[in-house]
Amino acid sequence: MTLKTAAPAPAAVARRAEHQARRRKGKSPYPYWFYLPAAVVYTALFLVPTFASFFFSFTRWTLTDFTFIGLDNFVQFFQEPALLKGLTNTFIYGAVTSTLKVVLGMLLAVLLTSRIIARGYLRSVIFFPVLLSSIGVGIVFTVLMDPSKGMINEALAAVGIEGPAWLVDPAWALLSVAMVDVWKGVGLATVIYIAGIVSIPQEYFEAAKMDGASSVKCFFNITLPLARPATATVIILSLIGGLRSFDLIWAMTKGGPGFTSDVIASVIFKQYQAGFYGLSTAGNVVLFLIVTAIILPLSMFLNRKEVEQ
Amino acid sequence: MTTSRRRPWGSLTVGVTALAVALTGCAGGSGGSAGGGESKTITWLVDNTENTVTYAEQIAKDFNAANPNITVEVETRPQGGEGDNIVKTRLSTGDMADLFSYNSGSLFHQISPEQNLVPVTSEPYMANVSESFKPVVTAGKEVYGVPVGTGNAGAVLYNKKVYEKLGLSVPKTWSEFMANSRKIKDAGIAPIIQTYQTTWTSQLFVLGDFANVAAASPGFATDYTANKAKYATDSAAIKGFEHQEEAAKAGLFNEDFASATYAQGLEKLANGEGAQYPILSFALPEIKVTFPDKLNDIGLFPLPGEDASKNALTVWLPGGVYIPKSTKNLEEAKKFQAFIASKAGCDSQTKAVGANGPYLVKGCDLPADVPTAVKDMLPYFEDESRNSPALEYLSPVKGPALEQITVEVGSGIRSAKDAAALYDEDVKKQAKQLNLPGWN
Repeated sequence: MTLKTAAPAPAAVARRAEHQARRRKGKSPYPYWFYLPAAVVYTALFLVPTFASFFFSFTRWTLTDFTFIGLDNFVQFFQEPALLKGLTNTFIYGAVTSTLKVVLGMLLAVLLTSRIIARGYLRSVIFFPVLLSSIGVGIVFTVLMDPSKGMINEALAAVGIEGPAWLVDPAWALLSVAMVDVWKGVGLATVIYIAGIVSIPQEYFEAAKMDGASSVKCFFNITLPLARPATATVIILSLIGGLRSFDLIWAMTKGGPGFTSDVIASVIFKQYQAGFYGLSTAGNVVLFLIVTAIILPLSMFLNRKEVEQ
Repeated sequence: MTTSRRRPWGSLTVGVTALAVALTGCAGGSGGSAGGGESKTITWLVDNTENTVTYAEQIAKDFNAANPNITVEVETRPQGGEGDNIVKTRLSTGDMADLFSYNSGSLFHQISPEQNLVPVTSEPYMANVSESFKPVVTAGKEVYGVPVGTGNAGAVLYNKKVYEKLGLSVPKTWSEFMANSRKIKDAGIAPIIQTYQTTWTSQLFVLGDFANVAAASPGFATDYTANKAKYATDSAAIKGFEHQEEAAKAGLFNEDFASATYAQGLEKLANGEGAQYPILSFALPEIKVTFPDKLNDIGLFPLPGEDASKNALTVWLPGGVYIPKSTKNLEEAKKFQAFIASKAGCDSQTKAVGANGPYLVKGCDLPADVPTAVKDMLPYFEDESRNSPALEYLSPVKGPALEQITVEVGSGIRSAKDAAALYDEDVKKQAKQLNLPGWN
């Protein structure tokens, strides 16, 4: 929005806009104290905790009293042996889940916007896992993925495949959780894509068919580029979700075996559990900065493309 | 039409009113009993293991029989890190029950006793408490708790039937233990049970080895607290990590060690599917509940070290019952503490769950029919040169990540040397949080 208005703005337009703004300001239909309740709630629930957490991240804190120790917590946090593993895992997890959600979500959306039987039913079935509690899903899949007695490996054994040890094999643990995350979250991506695809005018497809384009060509030249806003939304939502993911990992592996499926959030949680409140707050500040540093440029990039188009 | 449209609002109103009545009713009830003066209700927070809850309910009942106007309500919390978190949070928000059970030793120091707890050093009932227990619930100059439960051991529980069948004798050194284990493996039985789905169980090779460390270098605990001794560089201390690595590399664990749980481990041990399980003797009451007829097939020996003549048992002291400063029923809470630290208190525990080790209250004798594994354990308790408290009772320094580290050693993800060094890094955070001298 701002880009659109700002781009063609010669001085005159800008001045007029300023005028309007001032006039609107003067004639505001609400007195200032109208904003007070919202301001109080916002200050108490968002501003104060945010600044308090920035402050406590510089202290050694026992919840009742604190000692100011400067940047020690951050030094300690970056020396944390599990941190490097946690950081790498966070990026792997975020990238794997959001890529799979984009690809699978797109394919499922194409399928579910085509003329197939029981379309409404299939659409709701794909969305159901989104409504489930992560902890419940985690516990169920932990049972299903048991290496010797789990249903998944028993089914694989029935067709002669020896399944991996899913959650307890260090090479598989993180990917196993990521796959469950995709299963649980792909419904939301699909719904966003369905909305995106349905809003593409039907005329384009008709015209393409007239010219003799195959359905593959239609997909790559019409659906994919015109569903770009949907792609941007899905990528941003699933990447934010992936980077700060915690509940599913905690329910399924608790970061294990050892530290092999630790992500930043679980490293922080374990520090909090151990009573290192200052240290874990510093970790949260770091996590906040990392997520911002990735999402902000990415969202600006994706949205700019959207405007140009 | 209009009436049917109004109906949902009607039912909502009814719902809200009902909720409000329930809430105020609840508050009124508790206010009434507190203001009554004649009969009082006090609360006691304990962990949620079946064993603890069973004896806690029994103590509460027997206490109420002796003091009819005080009722004790038992509340439960989860175990492990989650439980620690709840205790710390409830203490610092002033929302703790009138009494609570919690670990003694290093975990006790982490709940800021001087700030949060009522000292009971000069209470008459403290004379009943064993002198060996007092140091582990002391902070500064004050004593804060009474023992509940029995002394325990971090040792190897083994299936005597398997040992008899294969003609094995109890090992006194690590090499004898490995030789036994190989023979058991050849007989097609899992020699050493490991259960890494329940992560804390992976620590026993290291924690249960401490009596051997203390025998080899007696000053280790003091130097460790002062940041002078390290697991990675002390040749005796690193043995625990090395033993775990050696056993893992020799393929002596049960096949499903990575996904097995504590309960499954106990099942394997009781059924003779596995022969030896390094674990805390807290497991005995659980075996008693689940496999009562197998309890006496289970024996116990200390984790063996290098020297047969120094074979000693690593001992876990019972947890304490503490009173938070936030309590409004101090008199009643102290009365209850006195009851726990008396022969009557021990007796009601024995009545509820049997005796699983020696009590640390004077005058509490064990019944004659204790389980075999407890009998195996008692000689070590009676001779002070043959036991040592676990490191967590001698030093407040304990890192939170040991269980993940030992899972990695046992799964072959990390070498023993690496693991010991990593654990030394891990404890730094705890030492700094406690502001110990020599660490900052």
